[in-house]
Amino acid sequence: MYFAWVRERIGLSTEDIDLEAPLSLSALADRLAARSDGHALALADRSRVRAAVNQQFEIWDFVPKNGDEIALFPPVTGGY
Amino acid sequence: MFTASVSGNPFNLATEHARLAALGADVGAIVSFVGQVRDTPLELEHYPAMAQQQLQALLEEARTRWPLKGATIVHRYGLLQVGEPIVLVLTASSHRAAAFEAAEYLMDWLKTKAPFWKKAPDGWVDAKTTDEAAAARW
Repeated sequence: MYFAWVRERIGLSTEDIDLEAPLSLSALADRLAARSDGHALALADRSRVRAAVNQQFEIWDFVPKNGDEIALFPPVTGGY
Repeated sequence: MFTASVSGNPFNLATEHARLAALGADVGAIVSFVGQVRDTPLELEHYPAMAQQQLQALLEEARTRWPLKGATIVHRYGLLQVGEPIVLVLTASSHRAAAFEAAEYLMDWLKTKAPFWKKAPDGWVDAKTTDEAAAARW
């Protein structure tokens, strides 16, 4: 799942990816970045992207499982 | 009573306040904070399942730190005009210190934990490092 400008640059809200072998979020983002110019642009600066797995914040070294809900988005700006 | 909700509609401060006020004879202090849109309209995007979970987790954390009788968070999403309320935090305790501190704690952490993104007419609002610093002091 993608949100905010990550979603806009990629041009999709959600997509599926099949993992034949376990990959860290970082390696997964590298693989997604190769899908299109929009993906590459959205994921170029990893310091400006945050990741969540099954609705919990995770670090880039985290290794998700098949079937997990992975979200990539900019740092949040909730509250006021 | 600890309630977190995400809403596409305006909230009613008086209704939410009354719920906490009625919690019991040991409630002596209720602090309320309402954030409202300033300067330009905002479009708020959110990640529904995660937003609900994170707000609930924040309430649970606040509850372990202060002797609260109840607390409420309502966070809105969608298109909000200048002057419209965007977020509500209420905390209830026996004495005021816990209610004040917990309300501030919740607001500080909302900014770094709640998966909402604000879009102004000139583009997405960036997260501020000062917000992370404000949250980290707790």
